[in-house]
Amino acid sequence: MAFIERTLTEAGKPVRKARKPSLWSQAFRRLLKNKLAVSGLVVVVFMFVICFLGPVFSPYADNKINMAAMNRAPSLQHWLGTDRLGRDVLTRVLQAGRISLTVGLASMVLSVFLGTFLGAVAGYYRGIVDQVIMRIADLLLTIPGLPLLFIFGALLSDWKVPTDYRMYIVMLMLSLVNWPGLARMVRGQMLSLREREFMQAAVVLGLRDRRKLIHHLIPNLVPLIIVMATLNIGGAILSESVLSFFGLGVMPPTPTWGNMIDAANNMIDFQQHPWLWIPPGVSIFATVIAINIFGDGLRDVLDPKMKR
Amino acid sequence: MPEPLLEVSHLKKYFPVKSGLLQRTTGQIKAVDDISITIQPGETFGLVGESGSGKSTVGRTIIRLTDKTDGEIKFKGTNLYDLHDHELRKLRPKMQMIFQDPYSSLNPRIRVGDAIGEALLDHSLVPKDEIRDRVIEVLGSCGLSSYHIDRYPHEFSGGQRQRIGIARALILNPDLIIADEPVSALDVSIQAQIINLFRKLQETAGLTYLFISHDLSVVEHLCSRVGVMYLGSMVEMATRDEMFLRPLHPYTKALLSAVPVPIPRLKRERIILKGDIPSPANPPSGCKFHTRCPFAMAKCKERTPEFRDVGGGHFVACHLEV
Repeated sequence: MAFIERTLTEAGKPVRKARKPSLWSQAFRRLLKNKLAVSGLVVVVFMFVICFLGPVFSPYADNKINMAAMNRAPSLQHWLGTDRLGRDVLTRVLQAGRISLTVGLASMVLSVFLGTFLGAVAGYYRGIVDQVIMRIADLLLTIPGLPLLFIFGALLSDWKVPTDYRMYIVMLMLSLVNWPGLARMVRGQMLSLREREFMQAAVVLGLRDRRKLIHHLIPNLVPLIIVMATLNIGGAILSESVLSFFGLGVMPPTPTWGNMIDAANNMIDFQQHPWLWIPPGVSIFATVIAINIFGDGLRDVLDPKMKR
Repeated sequence: MPEPLLEVSHLKKYFPVKSGLLQRTTGQIKAVDDISITIQPGETFGLVGESGSGKSTVGRTIIRLTDKTDGEIKFKGTNLYDLHDHELRKLRPKMQMIFQDPYSSLNPRIRVGDAIGEALLDHSLVPKDEIRDRVIEVLGSCGLSSYHIDRYPHEFSGGQRQRIGIARALILNPDLIIADEPVSALDVSIQAQIINLFRKLQETAGLTYLFISHDLSVVEHLCSRVGVMYLGSMVEMATRDEMFLRPLHPYTKALLSAVPVPIPRLKRERIILKGDIPSPANPPSGCKFHTRCPFAMAKCKERTPEFRDVGGGHFVACHLEV
């Protein structure tokens, strides 16, 4: 709210120093004090950086088949060994990270957008709009998410969707399953906010709807949304991995962490070639844990009332 | 007689009672049932009653936070319910409200200075660069300092927050302020400060108050005229002195006998009312007070008493001879 000037000069002299830090920067400072949350953030950022930059520096292409070097154990040439087609595992893990992180991020953005928009509309307008939106959300919530995803995945396989498109469809599927929970949270928050006395004060003051929404309602929703969104990325990455592991998500040859762990399905690979499935497994584990730790830290800072 | 600032005539507000699977309306809660109030400029009108008597609903209906069921509300001669939304919005700054709970009436994410100046900005009443000066000025007249301007509400005590609420209303230079139990959430020493602030502002800014309260000593201290509500109806209305020296309605007498007096040896006759306030969904027939009235007669059950003038602007709704 920038309409109040930073400094006020009276008779040429600055009367006040810089204004107090805003609630956002106060929250950010408190977050930096939380060592665990910061380390979570560091791990997440590290994952993003190496996954998106790593393959550029790799001497191997992720889909380059090399029959001369199949099932090699980790060595100086291939730091994490090679798979049964002679592809470099490290390059593939990084490439898979790109896909998995992108799917997680994109499906989070989509489901947060859908959930926030629909939840806010339902909570703000109530009545019939609310009823329709929330009944659809209830319907989606009553069906367990994983079986629903399996059905979608099986349908996609049946319809012979090209593998290049499957990644985008998996994003859509994940956000379709995730938005109802978010919408419920946002709607609940909206309902409680609009009954608060400061919103009635806004009516009495004769504020415009736009100001009520932008200055009063949304700033009170944002902490909740940020926290939910962060935790949502972890969940989406995990769901994508599960789907791909079962061969219902993103299909090979496009690598994802999930379909790389599929190697563990095979007894020989599981016992003899652990370098095939440990790296993607550790990557999923580390990323999801780090995101959740960071999300918990964010919640403590932004939304202290929302404790589990 | 000058033109009244606020003229409420035969105001009714019924809330539907819904029940069953289909949420059909099965009854009505008569929260406000035929109330008429006239407030002159510069006056402080006190509205008292138990919880559930509908006094807050009167205030909220006047300021159009809830819609009326029937009746008329005229503010400076304009009928508030005839206005279009944009006309109403223009008029809003002239009538302001101070809320009961100073904790929830301020947005926790908005700096105090912004919260106070926001309405001026939104209505474009003052050029942008003068808003900060105005906010500092109004903070000063509400007993706060200019360095409070950049703080967030959670950094203030209850009394200070209530001052912020008052400042937010005051900066718009309103004609009428509806104060809905503004001190009942505060402790007694702070109550006195806030009440004195109300008084001081009335003298300096020429404000008119509709002061809603259940605390008779506060009302006695502040108001020039008082109305007593029971179950959505006005039972007695008089000037402050008339009301406190010569109460006529048995309900008013009972209320006044419950006000503590700082003289320990004084023996007083407490009038203890039987039972609780009846449900406004199903109010008693005739005089609504007959179920608890120590002087109830046969006709009280059957006929609703008229709200009559007994002289000197003293109105009462009771069958008893006075």
